[in-house]
Amino acid sequence: MSLPIIGAAGPPKKAKDRIFDRGDRMPATYYKDQLLDLEAKGELIVHRITEENDPVEVDTKYGRKKIIPRQNTWHHKSCGQCGHIPGYSTSIFWLHRALDYRYEDPRDQTSCTAWNYYASSTSNPAAQAAVALRNFAQAYEDGFYPIIHCGTSYGHYKEVREELLHHQKLRDQTRRVLDKLGKPMVFPEEVVHYSEWIHVMRDQIAARQVRDFSGITATVHPACHYHKLVVEDAVYDKELYDGQRTAIVSALVKALGAEVADYSTWHDCCGFGFRHILVSRDFSRSFATIRKIERMKEEADPDVTLTHDTGCVTTLDKSQFAAQAHGRNVGIPVMSDAQFAALAMGAHPYKICQLHWHGVDMRPLMELMGIDHRKAWTEFEETSKAIKSGEQDFLAWEDC
Amino acid sequence: MESIYADIQYQDVPVEKKQRLFDEVKADMRWETQLYGCYECGICVAACPSARFYDFSPRVFAQIMAREDVHAFYELLNDSVWDCSQCFSCTRCPRQNNPGGIITIMREVAVNNGLQSAKDALKAYSRIIYKIMSTGTQVAPDMLQPDFFPDWGPDVQQVSDNLDVWRRMVPPETMHTTELAWDVSEKTRLELYMIWKLTGNLEMIEQIDEGIFMILEEVMEELLEEHGYDIDDLDSVMDD
Repeated sequence: MSLPIIGAAGPPKKAKDRIFDRGDRMPATYYKDQLLDLEAKGELIVHRITEENDPVEVDTKYGRKKIIPRQNTWHHKSCGQCGHIPGYSTSIFWLHRALDYRYEDPRDQTSCTAWNYYASSTSNPAAQAAVALRNFAQAYEDGFYPIIHCGTSYGHYKEVREELLHHQKLRDQTRRVLDKLGKPMVFPEEVVHYSEWIHVMRDQIAARQVRDFSGITATVHPACHYHKLVVEDAVYDKELYDGQRTAIVSALVKALGAEVADYSTWHDCCGFGFRHILVSRDFSRSFATIRKIERMKEEADPDVTLTHDTGCVTTLDKSQFAAQAHGRNVGIPVMSDAQFAALAMGAHPYKICQLHWHGVDMRPLMELMGIDHRKAWTEFEETSKAIKSGEQDFLAWEDC
Repeated sequence: MESIYADIQYQDVPVEKKQRLFDEVKADMRWETQLYGCYECGICVAACPSARFYDFSPRVFAQIMAREDVHAFYELLNDSVWDCSQCFSCTRCPRQNNPGGIITIMREVAVNNGLQSAKDALKAYSRIIYKIMSTGTQVAPDMLQPDFFPDWGPDVQQVSDNLDVWRRMVPPETMHTTELAWDVSEKTRLELYMIWKLTGNLEMIEQIDEGIFMILEEVMEELLEEHGYDIDDLDSVMDD
């Protein structure tokens, strides 16, 4: 017996012949309607993106138009970025300053605590929701729209949204906590990742590009918690990979004139593992090098691999040292899309992108980018000496 | 009900205990959206990083939970649950199962019940719990020490040697810190601690590491009192 294949007029097409078409399959209802319903019932406030945020629309996985705010953003920072890859966060801020977009870098923000939650489960949904909503309330009270630096915070906050929308009991528990803190119950109409901001700014970034990237080949690692957790919020573009994988990062690389090279394990995780990267790194190292870096080397031999999340940069970068000691085929510089974009626009490789915090040698890549890394390091060291001697307190933005 | 596995571990553990823990997982509000059935297609296993380096399979979690095999569940709860990477690559499931989400719930049950296997898995990790719960940031620059990250290469030594100066060489003013990832205001840190207290989270820490719990409580509650907060007003609001 042969089973009919619905919608197929002939034999199945080869993958390369498929035509991507979302059709009209977008769900009739989605989370935003539910958020607005809850607001109408007085349960919460929806933090809206307004004209003051200079918004633009982009396509998401199933066709919904997502609104990305560009102006007046409240930067929900990332533990791993600020703590161990400081050039990552600094580059995000530098891009805002260079492109003249107003932002807030708050001290009244906490971690989303999701790294700890996925590592140890020493928390529960009410605590996680309260942490998220305390941060969102703070952004609302500060008068800025939240934009999230960490892929895990972004993914987890979408999980929190799903849980809050579907469970009255959780909303009640969270509200009682917020009442004790004297905070309103606020949820933003869109959960926005910083890489989406960079994505919609890519043409402006390219217009300000001062370094030639046409000789650079990059592989892209899409972050799991960006495109696998609550998938419908992730940004896709019909023109990139036929809309079959997220357009984030890849679209920026193309806009900057570099080549995006494909490799077979693009969908694989980096091996971070949350608990593993801190206390069971044999697993993280093995996965990162064998399933990601070596595959990239063999199949694409890129000059750099780019990603858009904290854990991915750390795992892919730091895992290579031990693998190199064992003679494995590794040695690919790793950085974020934000650092790559900042370098394209002329940012200082050490004062802004802080590349000396990375493990893999970045100097060959900098040479390809036309950066005099010896001169740049001398400049960095001169200011370091001034700080060390007490002549200068800090490196200010103006000194960069 | 007997397990489908003849060589199942933990046969000395009473079935009533296994059933109680299993029921706790299924009572979680998230449970109804985690498991819809299983084709045994193995897509989740193919996508899973942990399956490549551990004796671990997200498909087995889906299968065992669907079968309600409490004996095999208990073995997974103790021997496999901490191997998961929590990347959620397994959500590629064509039935829209979420094995990673099942594991999140199982881990919470393991912690809430103070299972020895959970304590063992988190033994080296508990100082990180202290960091996040007391400072509001998960990792800090001063954690980059060669004895903690010997496999990350000589750059870690350089960061450690130059930490104070190099942090002041980072332009954003919020990032001139060494003990926190960024400068979190004291008021905000106290609000975070109040969330842990109001949601009953500190009891979970106590189950896993009593020493860390006692230090955390003493340090943070002294700070709360200094700032005029009434500790008695911070009882759990979960059951109201």
